[in-house]
Amino acid sequence: MDADGAAVIEARDLDLVFETADGPVQALKGVSLSIGRGEFVSFIGPSGCGKTTFLRVIAALEEPTGGTITVNGVSPDEARRARAYGYVFQAAGLYPWRTIAGNVKLPLEIMGYPAAEREERVRKVLELVELSGFGNKYPWQLSGGMQQRASIARALAFDADILLMDEPFGALDEIVRDHLNEQLLSLWRRTGKTIGFVTHSIPEAVYLSTKIVVMSPRPGRITDVIESPLPAERPLDIRDTPEFLEVAHRVREGLRAGHAYDE
Amino acid sequence: MRRVLPVLVVTLAIVVIWYVAAVWLNSAWVIDQAARAGREPSFMDILRGTMNQDRPLLPPPHQVLAELWELTVEKRITSKRSLVYHGLVTLQATMLGFVVGAILGVALAIGIVHSRTMDLSVMPWAIISQTVPIVAIAPMIIVLSNAVGIEGRTVPKTIISAYLSYFPVLVSMVKGLRSPEREQLDLLKTYNASRWQTFVKLRLPASMPYFFASMKVAVAASLVGAIVGELPTGAIEGLGARMLIGSQFGEPMIMWTALFAAAILAALLVVAVGIVQALAARAMGQVAR
Repeated sequence: MDADGAAVIEARDLDLVFETADGPVQALKGVSLSIGRGEFVSFIGPSGCGKTTFLRVIAALEEPTGGTITVNGVSPDEARRARAYGYVFQAAGLYPWRTIAGNVKLPLEIMGYPAAEREERVRKVLELVELSGFGNKYPWQLSGGMQQRASIARALAFDADILLMDEPFGALDEIVRDHLNEQLLSLWRRTGKTIGFVTHSIPEAVYLSTKIVVMSPRPGRITDVIESPLPAERPLDIRDTPEFLEVAHRVREGLRAGHAYDE
Repeated sequence: MRRVLPVLVVTLAIVVIWYVAAVWLNSAWVIDQAARAGREPSFMDILRGTMNQDRPLLPPPHQVLAELWELTVEKRITSKRSLVYHGLVTLQATMLGFVVGAILGVALAIGIVHSRTMDLSVMPWAIISQTVPIVAIAPMIIVLSNAVGIEGRTVPKTIISAYLSYFPVLVSMVKGLRSPEREQLDLLKTYNASRWQTFVKLRLPASMPYFFASMKVAVAASLVGAIVGELPTGAIEGLGARMLIGSQFGEPMIMWTALFAAAILAALLVVAVGIVQALAARAMGQVAR
């Protein structure tokens, strides 16, 4: 594992129960997980397994009803107020009334970065996601994949060392998705950020991650944690190697063990 | 041309129906006159006789337009009969009421969106305020403002006009300020944005389409309010006063021209809002579609 050991996110026996009109729903049950600095962790599982909920708990967008969790050694909410992470949602969610550069600038404005530094950061981060030259375009002038790249740039614009991504490429077609996966991996290597990544796709999870967390529903829980044996350097055709297929097989087994497909 | 044609067809249809109605409604007078003179009017006599009466039940379009032309273009603005003069009086109250109503509507909407107490307390009253007929309230507002020593009609007319125009703005803006989706609010939460930042950076810009839609309704409502404010007896200025005078003195031409002046004024105001909306949309990166 390429993490340097220090745990950035430490969850112990997390429980989360949503009170709904149909009675309580156990979204998370007894979830314990440690994520080290610089790791790329994927959460995979069927709908309702709590993978998005867990990501939202890390981001202090949901409050756990039991157990403990620390982010950078403090509570998620303190980490949120210290602006410890960037969050990328499934929908790019760019403001239609702002240009791409304006959208990337949004967190910088809110966090009070000086104007000159804003420009510099926007330029750098647009370069990082290969959107240089599109700064003055409006979101509707860009393709879905480019919009999602812009939303990643927005999450990278400030110095959060944790990047949380909730099915960011879920709505994109396979070819665009492959390309963005490749870009994301190289971006992760260059920036050394800790990434939490929610996905439905086994190949995507195996291709990207240093650690794959397999989850299952009712109640949402972790059924397997797989440390990936794949090297850091991963060309797209690594997906045809026996090592890759072996990891993918184990993920699939983990999903099956969680009775994910029994209905 | 493709956009103009349907409009032309509809306009033409209205004009034709109008002429037919004018001949039909005004013919009674022609037949009556002829009967007194002991003559039997031919169809052509009726046709000719209905086109230019002094006091027609329904003046035909050309007669209204000719009168409108005389009262707007040919009359000096200082004349007591000039519709430009009366139109400006009404326009002034309309604009004052519109501005006051828009500010009030937006301010209440901001309060309602940010405070649950206001949401529960203000909204029902706002709805009740619109169920009371304005024609019942207008005279009271005029009498009361007179009683507290306010000279003239500008203030009460502004109040009546604002009373009608704040409501559509309020309703639209509440919807508009609440239009951002949960993910967009969550995103700002991850930035640890303050409520003020959330309002300025997200809620307010997101509400702009709702804002302009309500502006069009509000400007028309303001005009109605201003005219209603001119109706109670005593008013001598403004399009509303002209309509009332026309009906009281049995001068249909005064009524009809004032009515048309009001309609044209309303159209101009709505077009003006549309132009501002298009400019704002362009400034916000949306190409006019």
